[in-house]
Amino acid sequence: MIKSYKLRRHLANGFIYLLLAVLGIIWISPFVYLVMHSFRAEGVTTVAYLIPHEWTIQNYIDLFTGAGGTAQLNFPRWFMNTFVVAIFSCIISTISVLMVSYAFSRLRFKARKKFMNVGMILGMFPGFMTMIAIYYLLKAMGLTQTLVALVICYSCGAGLGFQISKGFFDTIPRALDEAATIDGATKNQIFWRIILPMSKPIVVYTVLTSFIGPWTDFILAKIIMLDSRDNYTVAIGLQLMQDQQFKNTYYKQFLAGSVVVAVPISILFLILQRYYVEGVTGGAVKG
Amino acid sequence: MTFVEYKQLNPFQRFAYNFKKTVISAPKAIANFFKAIGMAIVKFFVGIGKGLKNYGTTFVKGDWATKLSYIILGVGDLSKGKYYKGILYFLTEVLYVLFMMFFGWTYISKFGTLGTVKSHIEYVGRAPKTVLGDNSMLILLYSVLTIVITVIFLAVYISNINDAYKHQLMRAEGKKPSTIREDVRDFLDGKYHITLLSFPTLMIGVFNILPLIFMILIAFTTYNKINLPPANLFTWCGFQNFGDVLDVLGGSLKATTFIELTKWTLIWALFATFTNYILGMIVALMINKKGIKFKSLWRTLFVLAIAVPQFVSLLLMNQILQTDGALNILLGYFMGGNPHIQFLNSTPLMARVTVIIVNCWVGIPYTILSMSGILMNIPEDLYESARIDGAGPMKTFTSITLPYMLFVTTPQLITQFVGNINNFNVIYLLTNGGPTTENFYQAGYTDILVTWLFKLTMNSQDYNLAAAIGILVFIVCATLSLIVYNNSKSMKDEEAFS
Repeated sequence: MIKSYKLRRHLANGFIYLLLAVLGIIWISPFVYLVMHSFRAEGVTTVAYLIPHEWTIQNYIDLFTGAGGTAQLNFPRWFMNTFVVAIFSCIISTISVLMVSYAFSRLRFKARKKFMNVGMILGMFPGFMTMIAIYYLLKAMGLTQTLVALVICYSCGAGLGFQISKGFFDTIPRALDEAATIDGATKNQIFWRIILPMSKPIVVYTVLTSFIGPWTDFILAKIIMLDSRDNYTVAIGLQLMQDQQFKNTYYKQFLAGSVVVAVPISILFLILQRYYVEGVTGGAVKG
Repeated sequence: MTFVEYKQLNPFQRFAYNFKKTVISAPKAIANFFKAIGMAIVKFFVGIGKGLKNYGTTFVKGDWATKLSYIILGVGDLSKGKYYKGILYFLTEVLYVLFMMFFGWTYISKFGTLGTVKSHIEYVGRAPKTVLGDNSMLILLYSVLTIVITVIFLAVYISNINDAYKHQLMRAEGKKPSTIREDVRDFLDGKYHITLLSFPTLMIGVFNILPLIFMILIAFTTYNKINLPPANLFTWCGFQNFGDVLDVLGGSLKATTFIELTKWTLIWALFATFTNYILGMIVALMINKKGIKFKSLWRTLFVLAIAVPQFVSLLLMNQILQTDGALNILLGYFMGGNPHIQFLNSTPLMARVTVIIVNCWVGIPYTILSMSGILMNIPEDLYESARIDGAGPMKTFTSITLPYMLFVTTPQLITQFVGNINNFNVIYLLTNGGPTTENFYQAGYTDILVTWLFKLTMNSQDYNLAAAIGILVFIVCATLSLIVYNNSKSMKDEEAFS
């Protein structure tokens, strides 16, 4: 029987440390496995042990130079494609999200509620239900298998994701707007000179999420690009490496590619985590 | 219960009270929901009636220019000196007429039948020549486009008449129409919402609403592999696709697949939501407990799982769970020899449990991230008094933390539930629906409705069926969200006024 309160608390804390350590290992170990085996020298596909025997960076070199038979999988090109698409769609979606949420949060006009409800309802349809129609629309415009189509797809629906930033704008006191209006500022000036500078967390959050989007989507990209491998993004590229015909040849390159994609995004995410939390909690509490 | 009585309750009694009220009012909420839809429809038609009446009276009261605006757009504005707007109106009309003459009419005229001429082979002399017939798919798509453009044109047309009449009245009062400069300034201030919303609305209209209308219409056609354009034609078939999917008594393959997958989808959404929620909360509590050091280290460990793109971590998990993957090797270290457990491809139960567990691995970090802040807000004295009364950690969790969190986060919980019904990535990348089976139509045992929809579209080209399922999923999600949304709003209002 444990009598001492202090001892009991120490035991409890020790137990929690143990549990957290075990959980931490469970959560992190797949990534450790990923990184370790991306540096593995021997074997082609999976091996029957966990820790590689020989280490090399040849897999990464293969991936970027096209040596070792990866020439038909043009990874550097995919990386550039994704980067360009991400930059453009990030700019367009950030601007439209901020415009829409400012309008819904700060301006009062006749159909405001109706617009917001329509936006909410549109968001409830399964996203890729419309992909066939989008594909034929893009085809009619002659845009299929181009990067422009991807930029359009990723940024066109962005305006529907206004809820979180609208929630954030709602928390900024209206007295600021009123004071500015009395000083003769137009709504346009209020938006650019007062609201935006005060909303750094939510701007960063929006930029972040819309930049990461293209790196992770593979459904729309796959449908639009079909077999035009030069225009693939990294997500479908890596999925292609997992395809039956390449699976047994490029397993290690696949792991290396995953690391190359995951590292920059993770670093970005960890640095900006603060903004992410601020943005989500700041905007979401008032549901 | 009055407002004062309500305010005196502690959070848990409030939660119980609200929960009871929600359950009791659910039927009423559903009824209200349908009533609201009915009212909206009535309002819509009354609005149209009013518009028509205005249309007539304006014509009677208008001068020659306003009357002429009914046929030639922009004349009213031009005659009153508002040149740029008049020219814009006129150009719109010209463009619309050209569009209809050279493009729109050819498609919209076939909208009723979706085309009658099949592609066939004709003989020019003795040489065979393929003659392309009507393409039902393009007819449908471009008809929808034409209808949307026509609706927009009608809106412009009405605004043209109103504007002409407005300028007529302004002239009668001796006022001058505003200049371009004044109008631009107005668009940056009083009408700023139009400036802000027009571009996003245009994008959403073309790439979200238009395809959506198209897909909804597809659900009422026979657009599948057999009737694939351009070689063949498809046509309208009413509610037949919904009948196929919902025909439970007939026991057709599609209907059984639908029922089974719906059951699994709901079970999956329930488990995925609540395991993530409760386990995530427990981990968050452990990290945030007083006296635990390296808080940011622990948090970072978990957040890393979010930071890595989901498709990378899921493809990786798929590799790890294979028979010769890392997990089996690891188990082999303990048991001696690789056990070759098929986590994803043996029995349905095994695969389903694996999917739910992996989803915990994916989802718990999100819960930790979003809950930490709210957990910190639980008043410390509640825990202290519980400790003094001799409650253990388990008891404190079930009677303080859980009710409090449920009270605060019910809306997010429902959103997550709906999100899990539509959770495509985990299922598709992890199992791709497997283990496969002949008992289902184009689906495996772990397929949920949205992945089935995807497979129907991509693999078997049953576009009509996929569209019907999409609509059914939408109805379920929308009803759930709207009931919760309406209820939480009414709760808030009650706290504010009663």
